[in-house]
Amino acid sequence: METRKIQVPVMADLFGKGEKPEYLFWVGCAGAYDDRYKKVVRAFTKILTHLNVSFAVLGKEESCTGDPARRAGNEMLYQMQALQNIEIFKMYEVKKIITICPHCFNIFKNEYPDLGGVYEVISYVQLLDKFMDEGKLKLDASKLKNDRITYHDPCYLGRANDIYDEPRSILKSLTTNYIEMERSKSFALCCGAGGAQMFKEAEKGNKEVFIERTEDALKTNPKIIATACPFCMTMMTDGLKYKNKEEEIKNCDIAELIAISLEL
Amino acid sequence: MIKQIVFAIALLITLGAFTFTILRIVSFFKLTKKAFPVRDFGKRFGVMMEVAFGQTKIFRRPVIGFLHALVFWGFCVILIGSVEMVIDGLFGTEKVLKFLGLFYDIIMASGDIFALLIAISILVFLFRRVFLHIKRFEGIEMKKISHLDANIALSIILFLMLSLLGMNSAYYSHTTLVGGTIQGVYPVSKFLSTVFSGLSADSTLVQYEIFWWMHILLIFLFANMLPYSKHFHVFMSVPNVFLSRLEPLGKLTNMDNVTREVKLMMDPNTAFATPAADAPIERFGVKDAEDASWKNYFDSLACTECGRCTSVCPANITGKKLSPRKVIMDLRARMKEKGPMLVRNGKDYTDNKSLIRDYISEEELWACTTCNACAKECPININHPTLIVDMRRYLVMEEGSAPGELKAVFSNIENNGAPWQYSSEDRLLWAVDLEMNIPIR
Repeated sequence: METRKIQVPVMADLFGKGEKPEYLFWVGCAGAYDDRYKKVVRAFTKILTHLNVSFAVLGKEESCTGDPARRAGNEMLYQMQALQNIEIFKMYEVKKIITICPHCFNIFKNEYPDLGGVYEVISYVQLLDKFMDEGKLKLDASKLKNDRITYHDPCYLGRANDIYDEPRSILKSLTTNYIEMERSKSFALCCGAGGAQMFKEAEKGNKEVFIERTEDALKTNPKIIATACPFCMTMMTDGLKYKNKEEEIKNCDIAELIAISLEL
Repeated sequence: MIKQIVFAIALLITLGAFTFTILRIVSFFKLTKKAFPVRDFGKRFGVMMEVAFGQTKIFRRPVIGFLHALVFWGFCVILIGSVEMVIDGLFGTEKVLKFLGLFYDIIMASGDIFALLIAISILVFLFRRVFLHIKRFEGIEMKKISHLDANIALSIILFLMLSLLGMNSAYYSHTTLVGGTIQGVYPVSKFLSTVFSGLSADSTLVQYEIFWWMHILLIFLFANMLPYSKHFHVFMSVPNVFLSRLEPLGKLTNMDNVTREVKLMMDPNTAFATPAADAPIERFGVKDAEDASWKNYFDSLACTECGRCTSVCPANITGKKLSPRKVIMDLRARMKEKGPMLVRNGKDYTDNKSLIRDYISEEELWACTTCNACAKECPININHPTLIVDMRRYLVMEEGSAPGELKAVFSNIENNGAPWQYSSEDRLLWAVDLEMNIPIR
């Protein structure tokens, strides 16, 4: 099969050439630095390229949204980050933002407007679902050999923003063997990493949250646990390792599954 | 006439005591901070119809939720009968609302049926609480007094329903015996009246009077006990739903006082200016009861300690100390303790205690994942995570207190714009040598 190199468009370069992309693709810190999650970003970038979406990333000009600081109580630091980011968005005349991280999605969509940063913010699952509806993204359910897939709802897509259907409609076009966990949608259990928990040891208890959630997933006897959040991915992957299941069961992001299905 | 006078005195005492209690609670509300402005009445009305009157969130647990819904809907219908009793009692009328005709029959009939259904539901609730070990009703915050509070309130409701049924059946028997016209329809009590079948007309009248007084006096007593019990829920839950925070659960409230400071810092012209001397010094975040917003306090008064929040909390499920129900109960308890002293001695009063630490430990606050399962589950739209984050805000911004790893995250974000210690120069490494297949079409 032929391959092509992807030159990821960077906002500053495009602006230098006098071009303006339709979307800012916000990669996020996990996308930039987490080795596992980098693969998700690469997969999603391939899909964007495949779909001929006009986008660019900020690259070195990207900075933390301030979400972990804000949820850990450091409002001062959050607002400094937010106001700086808003300045950069203003500089590049950003109107539409695509996010993959649900935490970035939530903060742009719900919280930046209070500081004057109003954008059309779209989560990658919404974007991909929209392309599917329009018939531009055609998925083939036979590619994943009808592997049994279950989906773990990220809190910041689900309960925080009521996005439950889009990821499911994508996954159901990827496999005929989609299975729901007992605690799902608005009842879904957190992976344990939200609210800046990702970056610290858990408080004393009798179990780790990610193990409890991994057990929920294992009960469905899946081949693939699909996630849609970098923190959930870290947690569920850790959970599979803890249960010695990482050989038989894969934890993949929805974007990766689409890329596999499209053979990108 | 004597009946009317006695009734009027009882009503006056009830209203007087109730007014006293409400004024006391209003004085506590005055201590709290502002929350969101209450706008969008249409939307609020919709939320109230759906969540409060439609009981949609209680149905997230369908079986026991259905019993609660029966009790709630029953109360709504029976309330009309209670209003009639107050009018009858004051003016010496009998079944004054009978002019409503068919509507009256429907209300009385459904009230009569609901009284039985509520009594059965309450018996199930009491049985569950007393004999079954329900995990949701346990926890460090559930003291003996909490269980007693619940059982007393349930028992009073049971007696309210039994007296109502007794009243209706005595009315039915008596009216039949004296050959009068029965106002309203009473399917359950008609059946129950067969129990009184051997009695004389006079005895049934005495019975009717006894049950009538028992029912109305229990209502008066209940109304005045409620504000001091977790069952204040009965009054506060519908307004609490009407006053819900309408924003998405994921949204935290912006701190405008911080925005002012950050903008001053970032503006080169004012960066080194000293703030105006007359600017009031405002505490960041919530340290004590009076730092919480009126909505937080409203939430705490409406909470009936059902524990649905705690039962879905990932931290609590995995044995951590955090219990969202406890956070809400602690706010109420702390206001009960400190509120009267603040009212009496002014807002600078201190008892050297605070909501944080003396009631809610830092360990509890740092265990929250802000997953919003608690807020999603709460049948009356209490919002726990915003209060928890407000307390974290106090800890971090006023005391500089946070777990060590989080302090490192703060300094990483400040220095290199990411929670991890990586250089922003490396932000595009993921894009190096990115290739894709060109699919064969």
